[in-house]
Amino acid sequence: MASKAQRMPRSLRTATNLFVLTWLILAAFPFLWTLWGSFKIEADFFSIANWTDALTGDKTQAIHGSRFTDAGYQGAWVQEEFWRAAINTLIVCFFVVCTSLTIGTLGGYALSRSSYRYTFWLLITALIFRAMPPITLVSGYLLPFFEWNLWGILPTTIIVLVAINQPFTLWMLHSFFQNIPKELDESAKVDGCTQFQAFRRVIIPVMWPGVITTGLFSFLLAYNDFAVTTMLLAKENQTMVPKIASFLGTTQTEGNVMFAVAAVVSATVPLFILVMFFQRQIVSGLTAGAVKG
Amino acid sequence: MKHRTFFWFFLPTALAMLLFIAMPIVSVVTQSLFTPHEAVLITSENCGPFGCKTETTIDQEATEALRAEKPLGRFAGLSIYLDRGHLAIAEVSDAWTNRESFGGFVSALGNLPFYRAIGFTLTYTFTVTPLLIILGLMIALAVNSLHRHLKGLMIFFSLLPMIVNPLVGSLILFWMIDARGIIGSALQWMAGDPDLSLKASTPMMWIAIIVYGVWHSAPFAFVVFYAGLQTLPKDQLESAQIDGATRWQQVLYVVVPHLMPLVTFVALIQLMDNFRVFEPIVGFNAAAHATSLSWIIFNDLGGETRQLSAASATSVLTILGVAILLSPVLVRTWRDFKGKT
Repeated sequence: MASKAQRMPRSLRTATNLFVLTWLILAAFPFLWTLWGSFKIEADFFSIANWTDALTGDKTQAIHGSRFTDAGYQGAWVQEEFWRAAINTLIVCFFVVCTSLTIGTLGGYALSRSSYRYTFWLLITALIFRAMPPITLVSGYLLPFFEWNLWGILPTTIIVLVAINQPFTLWMLHSFFQNIPKELDESAKVDGCTQFQAFRRVIIPVMWPGVITTGLFSFLLAYNDFAVTTMLLAKENQTMVPKIASFLGTTQTEGNVMFAVAAVVSATVPLFILVMFFQRQIVSGLTAGAVKG
Repeated sequence: MKHRTFFWFFLPTALAMLLFIAMPIVSVVTQSLFTPHEAVLITSENCGPFGCKTETTIDQEATEALRAEKPLGRFAGLSIYLDRGHLAIAEVSDAWTNRESFGGFVSALGNLPFYRAIGFTLTYTFTVTPLLIILGLMIALAVNSLHRHLKGLMIFFSLLPMIVNPLVGSLILFWMIDARGIIGSALQWMAGDPDLSLKASTPMMWIAIIVYGVWHSAPFAFVVFYAGLQTLPKDQLESAQIDGATRWQQVLYVVVPHLMPLVTFVALIQLMDNFRVFEPIVGFNAAAHATSLSWIIFNDLGGETRQLSAASATSVLTILGVAILLSPVLVRTWRDFKGKT
């Protein structure tokens, strides 16, 4: 706020800054703490004797001869084969994003260019589908998938995630396409393009910002899904999040908790990088629906 | 756009949604009306030297064959909805007739899994949603007054709790509030009670999950409100100031009304999302203290015996709950649409 009258009095200024700082700590500290702790052994990270052990890593030094150890990561990635889960996640995310963007842009474009009444009902249906908790659909998938031997493999999960993703993708791309002026494809059609040619030659070149934002959210959905992937994937095909959950079942033996900690950190780092590069797109995506409605 | 062109453009996405959202809903509803086959029993009479006995054994082969032939099971009507695991009509009416006080009735309800779950789900939904809106608004106001360079940094760190998977996020907090973790130790030190453990007490666990929920969703509210603040009309603020409004009054009478549509938006989205609370219960390992509808479905589906029928019935009930929460959104969208045409 530029104007002098709007400048805050010092006490309020301090209070605001303190509040922001508190929130910053609340938001960031848990991640930093877990990152730091993931390089310790369990007796340090979960210290009974003294909480400063987690900072200094005394017990880690006693056992591993250094204040930091990659034992947790070794255990998770090599011994428990977390790399397999990481590769599966990569495959799932890649195909979910590609497929849902391809069919989503076609659908969203059609919705934004048609002025008939049924587009409204299609959008409403999509909204209802968006509100459906995915886990309620899972009990509907299991029986047919078992019957047809589709259960447990990655392609099934990818298609299911694409479908669950569609309502959201449609809404988002619909609103992005509405911001692209209709005159653009109309003039292309006057020049002799069919609707599809107009879409391919005129719309695709200008739609990238919206598509990238939508793609980010598709990626996040696929990356973060827990309910569907846990229920639909066989043990050897698990993605990262269900894999982390499966570490928890066997935490009683010492060290296994640290595998889970290391795995959690490994799964968070890509998101951290993602936010770093695409912060602007994520924010614009979050607000796209809100500011309009 | 012509109907034909529209059809071909929309076909792939329509197919995906039809096959994997609409059909499963039908399948869930159907499944919830059927119950697994009972084992086929053979009664045979064995006559030995000490007289005759009738023996009942399970005919494994026939059972398998029956299950393979009709995987849905046998028709059960609404009985699954009414059994002890779901609406528990018999138990509820029993508790109502035998109640000594209203509180006694409520605690009797609390012993039935479905009502226990719905109790937590609703408590969670209706405490987390207002709290996160208030916190989000406060953060947005505070960050908006910061220096330009700090704003981006704040948004970056604020996005983190929201963007990580709820399971991962709740695990990170759970390890910290563990009795041997940093927050757990701090609480013990503050309370002066070395045996204090959040995991042991139901109210503490509820509070922990609710705190997690606010932590997870406040960034969403923050980002939306922050975007709204950028479009705040400066002249209105100035005129309010000239009229002698204090800072607090400016926020209350200018800023909040300006953000009101966004508050409704966030509230509606978050009500729906919080209603499906589930991952934190797994992450916090809190099933002994708090369960939610989604958790019941997950629990029925997992494990060795996949109780498809029971899970389906809960799913249908959950969908009904979502439908009730969704109805204001639908009415609003309908009104917008009416207004536009």
